[in-house]
Amino acid sequence: MSNPPTLPALSSAQRAQRRGRRWVIGVPYAFLLLFFSLPFLVVLRISVSDMEGVHFTDLLTYLDGVFTLKLKVSNYLFLASDKLYLDTYLSSVKFAALNTLICLGLGYPFAYFMARSPAAWRPALLMLVSLPFWTSYLLRVYAWRGLLDDQGVVNDLLVATHVIDAPLKLMHTSFSMMVGLVYTYLPFMILPLYANLVKMDLRLLEAAADLGASPWKGFWMITVPLSKSGIVAGSMLVFIPTLGEYVIPELLGGPSTLMIGRVLWDEFFSNNDWPMASAVAVSMVALILIPLVLFNKYQNEATGAGARDTP
Amino acid sequence: MNSRLGRLWLLAGYTFLYAPIVSLIVYSFNGSKMVTLWAGFSLRWYAEIAHDTEVLDAFALSLKLALLTATASVILGTMAGMAMAKYRVFRGRTLFIAHVNAPLVVPEVITGLSLLLFFVATQKIFGVPAERGLWTIWIGHTSIFASYAAIVVNSRLLEMDRSLEEAAMDLGARPHQVFYLVTMPMIAQALMSSWLLTFTLSLDDVVTTAFLSGPGSTTLPTVIFSRARLGLSPSVNVIATVTVAVVALGVLVASLWLAHQERRRQRDETLAYREALDAAARPTLP
Repeated sequence: MSNPPTLPALSSAQRAQRRGRRWVIGVPYAFLLLFFSLPFLVVLRISVSDMEGVHFTDLLTYLDGVFTLKLKVSNYLFLASDKLYLDTYLSSVKFAALNTLICLGLGYPFAYFMARSPAAWRPALLMLVSLPFWTSYLLRVYAWRGLLDDQGVVNDLLVATHVIDAPLKLMHTSFSMMVGLVYTYLPFMILPLYANLVKMDLRLLEAAADLGASPWKGFWMITVPLSKSGIVAGSMLVFIPTLGEYVIPELLGGPSTLMIGRVLWDEFFSNNDWPMASAVAVSMVALILIPLVLFNKYQNEATGAGARDTP
Repeated sequence: MNSRLGRLWLLAGYTFLYAPIVSLIVYSFNGSKMVTLWAGFSLRWYAEIAHDTEVLDAFALSLKLALLTATASVILGTMAGMAMAKYRVFRGRTLFIAHVNAPLVVPEVITGLSLLLFFVATQKIFGVPAERGLWTIWIGHTSIFASYAAIVVNSRLLEMDRSLEEAAMDLGARPHQVFYLVTMPMIAQALMSSWLLTFTLSLDDVVTTAFLSGPGSTTLPTVIFSRARLGLSPSVNVIATVTVAVVALGVLVASLWLAHQERRRQRDETLAYREALDAAARPTLP
């Protein structure tokens, strides 16, 4: 690009800087546009296409001076009217919400006790939470098959301690899938909560105690409200990936455990119905956008409020 | 709150997190063909896997893929992280940031499906890619995992002291010199950890790989996944145990290296400080 003659000539260092800037922005931008966004546009296009054998019909045809735009929306109409699909969406949201609540219930006290443990222990405790991340997630999910099997460790333990007489059917149920989901996503809840709780100013609790509040009341009226951003961040990190989960329902879920990721997979790999799989993918993105937009709104409000509070 | 309850809760939590891993390791030494039935200590499944060509070939491919993915992701991620941290204003910045964040929230079934359909379309139009395999999976992994590297590098750059870069520039360093001599040493740790992170993510990925692999390109997670789907398999326990051993070793080496770096940095700082003091104590020349 040549500069207009009216501008003062750039020094060679400035020119090099501009060139560097163009590359640093341009290369990743182009890569993501080409291999992330463009493919999604292909999915959008295929979701409204008709398949003739292995070919897709053209969306826009030109014949005798007339452009014809043909969009096949029957896939979407089917998604919106078929009971199985509606049930799948509902149960995906239900499992994701349940997973978020259980992770919060287990993870909040965990993060709290971590953050209130002696400062010398904290790095080790923190490392122990993140360490399983470095081993294969697939293998850790698979491990639960051995634990929850009819002859697995959990059933053996329960029978040996006479809690139950005969092994329970734990594997391939919604229960085993929930165990796998909570197990996988619990660290995603604990880490942001810990990061939030460990920074809290404990003098606030002392002040509350001096003013006569019980520890319990101090916890609910000070600690929990102050950790709100950690709760929201952790919940997002659990809720959104759970919605799209495929591996855990496939390995640990029952035949009737409905999850949307699994339906997409089956439409594509078992039924070979590409347009339908694409329509499911598009509707999944829409499903994920809802909590994301809400989260963004919350964050903007939070930073807006923060900006107002600080003089 | 009650510290006994706290200790109990933490203990229960860590048991929950580690019990599955421990059980995998224990049962990998089980002599029985029935995975859950204990039949005495044995190394037979280890001997068997040493001759399991399906597993060994898949592992070699996974390793190659993870090396390529981690390297490409760190390069692209560093550029993207720098673009976000350094250039506060440019056309399309909001869209750029959305692009970097999107792979973190879009489920892999969608990313995998869209890239596959994209490759099918480009093959029909341009004849590229001729077949699916290592390179198509590599592009898929990089398009997702580069974002993880970008986030790590970006947050490190944001907490870094920018005045050093400015000083280098004022002293006449060229942009690439500033990057190699000032920026890169300062973000070395972030580069290292994002390389390791993307390496493990790629080594572990099954969903995107399933969409983008061809007939001759089976990765280790794909083998594990298909065996795990069929039921319990002693070979999977052995793979798990080896993975855990390698990770434990890696963590040990990494933490020793970090401790060493920290010590060296402190020593350098003390030296620099002492020198500065000496210089200050010296009488100034007239």
